[in-house]
Amino acid sequence: MQSLFRRIRVDGNKPYVRAYHPYLFLLPGFVIYLVFVLLPIAGTLRYSFYDWTGFSEPIYIGIDNYRRLLSDRDFWQALSHNFFFSIFYTILPIMLGLFLTSLLTRSRLRGLAVFRTGLFIPQIMSPVVVGIIWRWMFQLDGPINQMLNTFGLGHLARPWLGDFTFAPVAVGIVGTWVEYGLAMVLFIAGAQAIDEDLYDAAKVFGANALQQFWYVTLPGLRQQILVAFVITFIASLRIFDLVFVLTRQGGPGKATTVASILIYQEAFQRNRAGYASAMAVILTLIIVTISGIVIYLQSRSDQQEAL
Amino acid sequence: MATVTRRRRQPWLVYLLLTLFMLGAILPFVGIFLTAFKETPELIKGPFALPESWSLKNFVAAWEGARFATYFQSSVIVVVPVVIISALLATMSGYALGTMKFPGDNLLLMLILLGLMMPFEAVIIPLWQIMGSLGLRNTYWSVILPQVALSFSFGTFWMRGHFKNVPSELIDAAVVDGCSTWGVLWRVLFPLSRPALLSMIVLVFMWTWNEFFLVLVMVTGDLRTLPVGLALLRGRYASDVPTMAAGAMIVSLPVLILYLIFQRHFIRGMISGAIKA
Repeated sequence: MQSLFRRIRVDGNKPYVRAYHPYLFLLPGFVIYLVFVLLPIAGTLRYSFYDWTGFSEPIYIGIDNYRRLLSDRDFWQALSHNFFFSIFYTILPIMLGLFLTSLLTRSRLRGLAVFRTGLFIPQIMSPVVVGIIWRWMFQLDGPINQMLNTFGLGHLARPWLGDFTFAPVAVGIVGTWVEYGLAMVLFIAGAQAIDEDLYDAAKVFGANALQQFWYVTLPGLRQQILVAFVITFIASLRIFDLVFVLTRQGGPGKATTVASILIYQEAFQRNRAGYASAMAVILTLIIVTISGIVIYLQSRSDQQEAL
Repeated sequence: MATVTRRRRQPWLVYLLLTLFMLGAILPFVGIFLTAFKETPELIKGPFALPESWSLKNFVAAWEGARFATYFQSSVIVVVPVVIISALLATMSGYALGTMKFPGDNLLLMLILLGLMMPFEAVIIPLWQIMGSLGLRNTYWSVILPQVALSFSFGTFWMRGHFKNVPSELIDAAVVDGCSTWGVLWRVLFPLSRPALLSMIVLVFMWTWNEFFLVLVMVTGDLRTLPVGLALLRGRYASDVPTMAAGAMIVSLPVLILYLIFQRHFIRGMISGAIKA
């Protein structure tokens, strides 16, 4: 067979090949991707303008679904729960990670691999398993209440997940538990890579430990903070499995219902597929916008570093 | 100088806190592991008391009585083709996008990267409709195909990044030796790509194994995979904590074992997979 890469360099890196070859390599995967991802995305957008049960003939109704969504208390409440959970999924883990990193400033850690292995475990577990474990932990006769009894705090014991006030916090705590290891692994690894000379320089200028953290460690971790932010924040917007299991689809009442749960219930339990599509469009737009902002920030900080 | 300062400051407090946080991350699993071997009356002794005997009785109850054997089988039937097909397809597309220049390459890349940000919520309703019209609803295909499609997105991103960094001299040399485009990929690049490929495979395995939403919507009954089977368990086994604990162990163990063997691949992939561009 003849050589197919022509030895013409276009951008100095990518050799030209027979015109149709790259397309052949892309074709099989792209067709599946087109049919099962791209077309459905377009479909969701389209159905969001229709009155459709999922079984009926879709009827075009313009922006009525979105208009209804604006005044739908359940939807905004569910979204506000997502944002409430992001305090626990994003802010608390990042604060915990930064706190730990601040204690270590310039010391080099040994045995980090062991800590990393353990700290990352909640990330790889099925959220269903996480939900099962924590439902049991929070149960009336579960370990948390057992512990309270042991310390003579038995009067505080309650079925945490059945309590309107405490259930959202309990779900949030599980979120913090899932995400804090990720932030710690990222930040400690990042802090170890910061140039020692920067700390020496800061010291020459009389910076105390707090100032060193503020002016050297924190800027040095900008990249890692962004990564932790995007992973955990998007996780908090996408919560589904955990709430499905932990509080049985968002209970008590609607106290822990999140956007994805509502989309699932509207589309597949209440047969309002068109309306649920409009919800899905809004949720997706929020997620894509946040990812977009972070990618933009990141490419900008890459450029700054290149200068 | 610097080394002296470093040696003087023993970060014992950090070690202590790291140890506590690490224990915090794994203790709930230890608790459920121990519980999976206990009898129900033993539960009042606390989650970390050792079981009176290490009997596999609860695992048998979960495996046979609560039908985890069936769900396990479904999980395997779904995960194996997803991993193989998406690894193959993503290697090919990543190769094209990473080493070749052609009209439309940036557009195709952008379209494929779009899938990285998409939650299943964005596609699930039309997918359900499409599967219905293809007559695939409530078959393994209705889970396998969308899962391949989304894994293709990550896989292409991942393998492209890898192939882009292969020195072009290597490809040039192979071409001079008379290698075809196909030959360059499989005979030259593929053997060099095992680590990247392995990362992609373990991640796709984990995501597919743990996937919940898609499976919940698309299939019912015996076709359910392990996480959905566990979540929807009802009846006397669902109220029996030790059986549930054994079930949770059955769901977790395959991913946990892979993670303990390939943890670097998991961590690197999950962190860079999140930035995505």
